[in-house]
Amino acid sequence: MSASDLLTSGPKVLGVGLNGFVSDLQSQNIPALAVDWRPPATTNPEVLAAADRLSNNSLAEMIDKANEKAIERMLSADPVLVEVQPAGDLIEGLGKHQILHAGPPLAWDAMCGPMRGAVCGAIVLEGWAKTLEAAEQLAASGEIEFSPNHHHGAVGPMTGMTTQSMPLMVVENRTHGNRAYCAINEGLGKVMRFGGNDEAVIEKLHWLESTLGPLLADTLLACDGVGLKNIIARGLSMGDEMHQRNVACTSLLLRELAPTMARVSEPDTAYEVLNFIAGNDQFFLNVAMAMGKAIMDPVRDITGSSVVTAMSRNGTEFGIRVSGCGDEWFTAPVEMPRGLYFPGFSEKDANPDMGDSTIVETVGLGGFAMAASPAVAGFVGAGSASDAANYTNQMAEITCTRNPEWTIPALDFAGVPSGIDVRKVVNSGITPTINTGVAHKEPGIGQVGAGIVNAPLACFEQACRALDKRLSAI
Amino acid sequence: MSEIINEVRKGFYLDSVALMRMSADISALGGILDAVLMTGTPANKQIMKDAGLLNDTGEAAGANDLVIALRADGTSSANRALAQAQKSLQGKTKNTTSSERRYSTLSSASAAAPEMNLALISTPGAYAAREAQLALDHGMNVMIFSDNVSVEKEAALKRKARDLDLLVMGPDCGTAYINSVPLAFANAVAKGTTSVIAASGTGLQEFAVLLTKLGAGIRHGIGVGGRDMSDEVGAISTMMAIDLLAADELTDQIVLISKPPGEKTAKAVFEKLANCGKPAIACVFGLNEIEEKNIRQASTLLAAAEMASGARLEVSDHNKSAKTLTKGMNAKRKNLKGLYTGGTLCTEAHLVLKDNSVRVSSNAVQSDPSTPHQLIDLGADEYTLGKPHPMLEPAVRTPFLLEELKDPANAVIMLDVVLGYGAHDDPAHEVTQAMQTLHGVSDKPVVIGTVCGTNDDPQNYQQQCEVLKQAGVTLCSCNSEMAKLGAAILAQL
Repeated sequence: MSASDLLTSGPKVLGVGLNGFVSDLQSQNIPALAVDWRPPATTNPEVLAAADRLSNNSLAEMIDKANEKAIERMLSADPVLVEVQPAGDLIEGLGKHQILHAGPPLAWDAMCGPMRGAVCGAIVLEGWAKTLEAAEQLAASGEIEFSPNHHHGAVGPMTGMTTQSMPLMVVENRTHGNRAYCAINEGLGKVMRFGGNDEAVIEKLHWLESTLGPLLADTLLACDGVGLKNIIARGLSMGDEMHQRNVACTSLLLRELAPTMARVSEPDTAYEVLNFIAGNDQFFLNVAMAMGKAIMDPVRDITGSSVVTAMSRNGTEFGIRVSGCGDEWFTAPVEMPRGLYFPGFSEKDANPDMGDSTIVETVGLGGFAMAASPAVAGFVGAGSASDAANYTNQMAEITCTRNPEWTIPALDFAGVPSGIDVRKVVNSGITPTINTGVAHKEPGIGQVGAGIVNAPLACFEQACRALDKRLSAI
Repeated sequence: MSEIINEVRKGFYLDSVALMRMSADISALGGILDAVLMTGTPANKQIMKDAGLLNDTGEAAGANDLVIALRADGTSSANRALAQAQKSLQGKTKNTTSSERRYSTLSSASAAAPEMNLALISTPGAYAAREAQLALDHGMNVMIFSDNVSVEKEAALKRKARDLDLLVMGPDCGTAYINSVPLAFANAVAKGTTSVIAASGTGLQEFAVLLTKLGAGIRHGIGVGGRDMSDEVGAISTMMAIDLLAADELTDQIVLISKPPGEKTAKAVFEKLANCGKPAIACVFGLNEIEEKNIRQASTLLAAAEMASGARLEVSDHNKSAKTLTKGMNAKRKNLKGLYTGGTLCTEAHLVLKDNSVRVSSNAVQSDPSTPHQLIDLGADEYTLGKPHPMLEPAVRTPFLLEELKDPANAVIMLDVVLGYGAHDDPAHEVTQAMQTLHGVSDKPVVIGTVCGTNDDPQNYQQQCEVLKQAGVTLCSCNSEMAKLGAAILAQL
């Protein structure tokens, strides 16, 4: 809009700052819109300078192009749940004394209570120690090799334990040919993902390994997998956001699996497995996570792209990866979730935020799809449907696009905001909103509540500086 | 003694998140130690049992039933809470409307509303340049109301804008009119064919108001900012504005209102203005003569408005008024004081007084401090640090006014009252409050004032004038006339 256009057609005003000027114009029927402006959250001038360089002129054009490629890869993904295999068979080199965990890299000494509890449980599960005490000694001795799930094509909720004998679900991205893994959801109550490690926990994991895993594997083989894109699309219109709420998607998946399962198995086993899935509203979460990983992995390593390819927490640190920065992690201390607690528990009991499940936000679900799930918005405050819409619309300010295949009826079928751009996060000071469960800070107690948490701005600031450094070196 | 109460609703399903939300609300009621609403699944009953909230009633609930479990300090609190819980379960009666869509950044707003062609930036100065840069990147013209933008940044923004064929108004641009639409601090004035290029705020306001009073009107008023014509910036926006207005079919004549340009810049600006092909008027405060013959020069805003409109404003006989006003005044009263909210008005008054042989000091211009006569621009940085601008909050002037009203050496006090969009709702009120201290006092100074406003301003112009007159303020038709009256009063003493 050139200066002479302004003079001939008259002012149409975007107000940045004092809102009174905008309402004065509106009262005279002049087109005017107030930006809900606030000072940038970033105070470090070097970070702002880096974000400005990445947002302006020729560099911006190059990054925008790289991001288009990233988005094209994201949206063209075709994730299908195809099989179930023991982790040791799927992940090369995953053997004795090796444990994969959620989040960015983490040493035993830095682990929070639930993470330690889960590690000890996993050691007992694998038979590397007989008791939890012995397991703790082994873990502290340096004999156990710890590594993030994300470094092995896998993801895991909360503590995210992955060891050799655990059955993992496999999601294949049929467009790009890559695969991603996630363990099977253990149900509610005391579970290893929340740091639970007593006999009942171990027994349920053994049952998943001996019964549910193999039957699910046979079923998927017999029905040539289950396409996930449609299940998500339908789930969004049924009130799921796939992080806090998976009741619709779990039911839809069950509907896909049940007929075939009834054919390939003994009735008693089929009953046992279907009953387990039917009694666990969050069963689909782990499927959605493997799907998220399968969608985002092909987006990694696009030169110049500022799109976030992973967000993940290990109970101590929050980490993100950015496409144009390869596999580098940008980490910052993890924040405490704000939410609602089960009776008898309060914030005092809560462990800081944890898990690889933020991969669902990375693909535009979870907190980004809050508008689809007004029931979940209850966690975040007033809890009205319009509040839920505000969360989703706000996430649209830090993303590259909206996914046209995953739409939200309550937003007139606008797509979920997808492709987090680190530049937009730093420029706006808006950080990704994440829906999450809350673990007790002591090992072995389990889930005590649920709520929301924000990704720390510092991760995105570091990523902006690193991307700026890489691109100015070209 | 606390009491455990359970109530079961058979076959009642509600989403667990909604139930947790209700549990939190019920727990917060007075006398309630703990509360939970849950379906009666074995797992949930175990949770309630562990929390010490389950009794036999709850224990008997089935998986499809809803359990309301409370621990209360007595039966009455428990009953109240149960009633509240049952009420919540009936569902919300309140109708929540979806709120208007909001945008947190200039970029997201611009993407959603690409038709916007002007960004009006009024953030704290430290952030203004960055937002202006963003606005230019999005192809928008920019008006920077904010001050405290460095001259280097100003020049860089204006160079970039020129390359993009976009206009930057400001920084520190308080007033503008585009297509007769008032922007920021501006009066509701008549539409017309005269366009203005002005350095900053109240000069343009006063000119536009006078033009309206004289029966003419404004087409465009482009505010370029006080430093645009400095040699550091090189009049980038002024030069662009001359070209734009010369090409604008609905502009008949161009008026330039400013302080003297930088030495190197002056020649280029006046040459361009003189040869733009349209009649030009210049009101350059503190510049005695412009060489260009094609530019008509005005020494006051009133003179400029009269030239532009071809009409004359009716003015009173200052000597006669001064005589009446100073009748019986204590001979010790000798001084003139001016308390201004508008910076350019302060500058103009200073020059008018000087032309009438009154030596006066002021923070608005370089001046002689060794004189008892003083004009203060209360909108200047040294008075607004950590405080609102006096045009936004006229109460800022009150302590100064009370002080001057008390001073036994003061003969005359000058005040401006600026109306229009952006300004305070009732700026006259604070003045009238202060004037009450003169009530019943015989030995007092003369208070003269001017109201910069029109009948269409959002404040009631006639009412503002009326209350000022009733409070004892002698109103003048415009700022320069007020300064002339001030000089005439001093001449009577």
